[in-house]
Amino acid sequence: MAFLSGLFASFFMNKTFDWESCRRDFPILDQTVHGKPLVYLDNAATSQKPLSVIEALVHYYKRDNANVHRGIHELSNRSTVAFEGARARVARFIHAPHPDEIIFTRGTTESINLLAATWGATNLKPGDVILLTEMEHHSNLVPWQMIARQTGARLAFIPVTGDDGMLDLSRLDDYLTPRVKLLSMVHISNSLGTLNPVEELCARARKMGVTTLVDGAQSAGHLPVDVQALGCDFFAFSGHKICGPTGIGVLWGRQQCLEKMPPYQGGGEMILTAGYDRTEYKPAPHRFEAGTPDISGPIGLHAAMDYLDAIGRDHIWKHDQELAHHAWDQLSKLKDIRLFGPVGNSPFRAGLVSFLLKDVHAHDIVTLADQAGVALRGGHHCTQPLMHKLGVESTARASFYFYNTRAEVDQFVEVIREIQRFFGR
Amino acid sequence: MFEDVNDLYQQVILDHCRHPRNFHEIPSCSVTAQGRNPVCGDQLKLFLTLKDDRILDAAFVGSGCCISKASASLLTENVKGKTRQEATALFDQVRGLVTTGQGQGDMGKLAVFAGVHKYPARVKCAILAWHALLEALKGGAAPVTTENEAA
Repeated sequence: MAFLSGLFASFFMNKTFDWESCRRDFPILDQTVHGKPLVYLDNAATSQKPLSVIEALVHYYKRDNANVHRGIHELSNRSTVAFEGARARVARFIHAPHPDEIIFTRGTTESINLLAATWGATNLKPGDVILLTEMEHHSNLVPWQMIARQTGARLAFIPVTGDDGMLDLSRLDDYLTPRVKLLSMVHISNSLGTLNPVEELCARARKMGVTTLVDGAQSAGHLPVDVQALGCDFFAFSGHKICGPTGIGVLWGRQQCLEKMPPYQGGGEMILTAGYDRTEYKPAPHRFEAGTPDISGPIGLHAAMDYLDAIGRDHIWKHDQELAHHAWDQLSKLKDIRLFGPVGNSPFRAGLVSFLLKDVHAHDIVTLADQAGVALRGGHHCTQPLMHKLGVESTARASFYFYNTRAEVDQFVEVIREIQRFFGR
Repeated sequence: MFEDVNDLYQQVILDHCRHPRNFHEIPSCSVTAQGRNPVCGDQLKLFLTLKDDRILDAAFVGSGCCISKASASLLTENVKGKTRQEATALFDQVRGLVTTGQGQGDMGKLAVFAGVHKYPARVKCAILAWHALLEALKGGAAPVTTENEAA
């Protein structure tokens, strides 16, 4: 596979990892946009896909495509083995005790909606509290608002300190009251770049008997994840942000939690026996996966997880953080810039930087950067309440991954300087 | 570095973005409407003072990008003195201009928005205030969004 030529060759031929060689595995990076070489810094929105993932999808549709589980024939057998093999691979990827604790979903958003609709609907009562943080993505806010309205539970929020984007844990005891039934929080903030101390928070919650969910959309592909060490009850992430295809995501839940949860959707694949009046459901994970699933998604995700773990997520974390620290350092030297998230070389800074220029709207920054070939994101990043708290409508964001280089960061900073000149003229 | 974007960020647009005209509330206005762009969280509020069928005064407040601010600013300058029907016709002209680059007739300063059509992601920014205008003329109180505007 082409994947071997780039990634593995760099391992065997260089003592230190040659990050630029990864780029050969990502054909999409080798192009010009508006006549300039593409600098893709929108990885928090979605990552690019290596050839090994693209080839896994092509191979599946060329050779193995059939429906899973019910088939007796050879192709169905192959599909089922690949599909369930991906489930086992996900369990290894996040160090889950058992593959049966891995539920395939469409993405982090569906994972959280699934939990709200099943666990939430059966465990929440009027007066119960769902504890979130002020930095949650809408996907870890709106589903809880919806289930709170249905059950009479209410929401509470651990505050964010300010522009430096840390959770204010000084008064955690005031928030973690006996009324709290669930603590759901983001591992890495997509709009601030903050790495939250979820291990500590899960431990505190566990002592209070509070169930915990960690939103790992921005973390799963960027640092080693061990759900048992994190101590959470549920963990959600998306395939497309970790080099996998769009449309596939994961909800991991502890067996003892999953077995008490009602089904999510009804249909094929999730029943043991069905009658006209009543139906007996399968145990997890199939109880939560009604209908023909996305089969190619888990297969592509499997290849993506293999790719990331061949590099090592500890290396990826270090690389992304170095780029973010460098970007922060360079941007902080500019006049009239407001930076968000952990300051300086903070160990809590993940691989993205959010910022605003005085008198230049984020969308104008992004349009101009695009003209220079630099793909950024501008907007509220689906964290509108946080934006309002910080007194802004939107920010511009550069988010990095292992295939980005220090030279690209320098180029990005130069483009931001040029944008200031453009609007200052 | 940005020689190509001058068709989008024309001097008139940059000027209206930095120094928006009629940028204030009209407490005694006849009608008002809000425009919201859910993509970026931008919002603006448009105020119109009408006498019979004619717009006597127009102003706006809010936050937004250069394109949406300049568009709102130029809108307020352009609709003053127009009848409801003339203002509605102007909406159609502006929408045609920002989506196709082709204007009908002499659009005066509004012609600077011709370049927007080359930037599909920014059409919503340019048309936001104009949707608010239509809503205000209808007398609607619900905020309008540009979510369904074909890019």
